[in-house]
Amino acid sequence: MTALCLNKIKTHHAVVDVLSGGNGPDLFFLHGAGGVTAEDPFLTALAQKYRVHAPLVPGYGASDECESIRTMLDFTLHSYDVMDALGLRKPIVVGHSMGGMMAAEMAAIAPHDIDRLCLLCPAGLWLDEYPMPDIFSMVPYELPAVLFHDVEAGAAMMTAGADFSDLTFLQNFLVQNARQLGMAGKILFPIADRGLSERLYRIRAKTLLVWGASDRLTPLPYGEAFKKGIAGCELIVIEKAGHMLPLEQTDAVIRAIDRLG
Amino acid sequence: MKFTWFNLMPWPHLPADFRKKHRSVWVDIDAKLYDPVKGHDVYNQYLDMLEYADAMGYDGIGVNEHHQNAYGLMPSPNIMAAAISRRALNAAVVVLGNSLSLYNPPIRVAEEFAMLDVITGGRLVAGFPVGTSMDTNFCYGDIPALTRERYQEAHDLIRKAWRETEPFAWNGRYTKLRHVNTWPKPIQNPPPIHIPGGGSVETYDFCLDNVYSYSYLSFSGYIRAKALLQGYWDRLAERNEPDASPYRAGFAQTICVAETDAQAEELYSEHVNYFFNRCLHIAPGFADAPGYRTIKTIKSGALSQFSPNFEEAAHMSWKDLVEGGFIIAGSPDTVRERMEDLIKGLRVGNIFCLMHVGDMPLEKTKYSTRLFAEKVMPRLRNMWPEYDNDTRFWCQPLAKRATPGPVSDYNAAIGGNR
Repeated sequence: MTALCLNKIKTHHAVVDVLSGGNGPDLFFLHGAGGVTAEDPFLTALAQKYRVHAPLVPGYGASDECESIRTMLDFTLHSYDVMDALGLRKPIVVGHSMGGMMAAEMAAIAPHDIDRLCLLCPAGLWLDEYPMPDIFSMVPYELPAVLFHDVEAGAAMMTAGADFSDLTFLQNFLVQNARQLGMAGKILFPIADRGLSERLYRIRAKTLLVWGASDRLTPLPYGEAFKKGIAGCELIVIEKAGHMLPLEQTDAVIRAIDRLG
Repeated sequence: MKFTWFNLMPWPHLPADFRKKHRSVWVDIDAKLYDPVKGHDVYNQYLDMLEYADAMGYDGIGVNEHHQNAYGLMPSPNIMAAAISRRALNAAVVVLGNSLSLYNPPIRVAEEFAMLDVITGGRLVAGFPVGTSMDTNFCYGDIPALTRERYQEAHDLIRKAWRETEPFAWNGRYTKLRHVNTWPKPIQNPPPIHIPGGGSVETYDFCLDNVYSYSYLSFSGYIRAKALLQGYWDRLAERNEPDASPYRAGFAQTICVAETDAQAEELYSEHVNYFFNRCLHIAPGFADAPGYRTIKTIKSGALSQFSPNFEEAAHMSWKDLVEGGFIIAGSPDTVRERMEDLIKGLRVGNIFCLMHVGDMPLEKTKYSTRLFAEKVMPRLRNMWPEYDNDTRFWCQPLAKRATPGPVSDYNAAIGGNR
């Protein structure tokens, strides 16, 4: 197995942690609101075929919290700053959920800079007929039911190693939660729509949308709405997968990404 | 001492099984539980209570701001303050307060507070809360991690709008205005300002920097408040502030007075239970949107230390609520003794007296209000004689104020020449 290693880079806004590893074409991965770690099985599997670069959003892991990143445009440009600091030119860009929203924004803002794009159940749109559950008002034990196809297995995955009766653990958890979701909230709270639907038409990259058939956070109609907004893109639906499809159907997601060539 | 009669204005018609059948009293409270026709009587009775407290000689009558909340029926405290300002003519009008980041543009607060201060002849005591996460983030959609920055900018703008005598431009991050020229200006410029806080060092410092009074508006009583207010006084000492005037701090306390301790329980127990059991039933997910608290505050352990366990209070007996200090209740003597403990123990000069509790009806509320005013308040007046001259944290009304004319009827309106 290829291990991912953690490096620090400095951008205009912040010192950022980047997980990287593997050999193959460069792949720039933007994680979702739950964050990502060096042990992430999806990233580890990706690193078998790709040279993975997965920066942590400010506030995640040890990446600086960053007061000067406030708006969607700040997040988008910061992601380009990270890509530049890593010396990447036209990598495959993959984003999951919140990271998918950022990836789509990047591709819409500078369409000539990204030519292969994979969005794994991205956030960024709002459909009145399918209101997204409010993850910000959920307590941790309520999350697996909206995030996973297999709720029980998902809950086990989320709580592995957690001991909420330990006060130090609890305080660290609260700090982590406040740092991460505090930053995520800047683009996702209270509704994860920062106008992306009006910019999707600009995306020129070869684009794949990958969706879990039983996604309850951003149900499939969101995938269809993205498909409608991005000319020539393809929507791949994966069975037995919820919003956390990279963890629930790792191989199928990687096979889908492979189609970007 | 300054005693403010304070009413949260709870909806008094929540069903007995509310806790069991409903998720939350706040944010997504079942809309079907509200009845505007009943609401007409509720509002008018609550306004009667505030006016009664004025007549009973309380120093202040207080209102506050909550949204989508069945224990706080005042989305707009300024409307309530306006409603009482021409009938309650003596007490300070204590608006605790306007959640600054929710007023758009925030000069609305500068304008409305100025209007209230002018109408009342300088009787406004103004509150500048950040607002709870339920109100600010979940009901009004303010982004949690940006709430404090937005609040700070709004604060600076409001203070400048009161201060400046020439039109000015405001190029803020959240508010951009080419011509700020607040009309009218308040009589008291600025009015005394109170800041409700929840134990963060940043808020202690904010109050000390600006000479604002720090208020702890807790429902869990004075015994549990000790650590939090001690933190404030410690911070003040650490900063070598020139004085430790007790008027730099305020505290909200539920108080129920009767002739005897036993009568207090008999009269008020059901209403106190209504409050703790039904009114404080809040879905835990709404307590704190991630990003609303600063990392510094979470790391300080303030939350676990100070956050009250209302789940526990919901099922407490009268005896436990009294002994735990959640409520101060009993005969005038009992209440005076406990109030002395509170005032000395917390070192506070401002008391926000929660005299109406839960679904307490008008007559009982008046009874308790009057007993406190006549038999308790006078004996607590001189708790801080050495700070009698501290006028910084209370209103300074005009000596000569307008008297509202009589309510007109047709005969009066045409000068009696029918």
